Amino acid sequence: MSGLVSVALGSVLGAMARYFVSGFVARRVGETFPWGTFIINVSGAFAIGLFGGLAEDNASILASPDPWLFAVTGFLGAYTTVSSFSLQTLTLARDGQRGRSVSYVVLSVALCLGAVTLGFGLPGLLK
Amino acid sequence: MTGGAASNARNTAILYVFVAMGGMLGSIARYLASLLIPAAAGFPWATLFVNIVGSFIIGFYSTLTGPDGRLFAGTRQRQFVMTGFCGGYTTFSAFSLETFRLLHGGMIKTAFSYIAVSVVSWLLAVWLGHLLASHLNRLKGS
Repeated sequence: MSGLVSVALGSVLGAMARYFVSGFVARRVGETFPWGTFIINVSGAFAIGLFGGLAEDNASILASPDPWLFAVTGFLGAYTTVSSFSLQTLTLARDGQRGRSVSYVVLSVALCLGAVTLGFGLPGLLK
Repeated sequence: MTGGAASNARNTAILYVFVAMGGMLGSIARYLASLLIPAAAGFPWATLFVNIVGSFIIGFYSTLTGPDGRLFAGTRQRQFVMTGFCGGYTTFSAFSLETFRLLHGGMIKTAFSYIAVSVVSWLLAVWLGHLLASHLNRLKGS
């Protein structure tokens, strides 16, 4: 039950953070390319890598179930999104912007993997 | 604050509440799916499942309630379902960490098939959802 509460609390914050960042970026740089979702997913990948790296140490607070469910399953799970990513890719492709839709997919996957790797390695480097 | 600015701020605050509530329901649904669907052969089936279903729902719903859609939905309902529920239900961060862990654990082939199967099936799902809703939108009588 406490797991469910942790996920619920984290996700309320994560969903609001995503709504804030996507709106903020859209107002700043416009909406010709989905930069907002892109930034959200890459930063979320970095954070999940970092938390995953920290949780390798059993003394870390993230190694216990509820903090992990709050920060990762709840907050980062709700913060990052595949559904918007899919819809934006489809919208770009349907608008005839094939180049942009393909770069969006490739850049998202590549940079998210780069970011998660970087985040995971960081705690070890700082030791 | 003028009356207009006050009502704008109120509207924005209400949208945040709708996004937060949808996001919470979606995330709880994703958490339950992760408890019910076991990872078999090291493959993260639960995340793949929620990301496919969430992509299908957003493609279907956005077209069904879009400008030519047969179902009317206001901004609040759309934000609740799309930004809130679908956004909370799907996750790019778990996908990234799972892929990293497969690579890190030396399961290179599984990692690359996870990436390929994921991206292709997400996009196929959002497209199928869109097609189905377009078809419903074109049916006579509403």
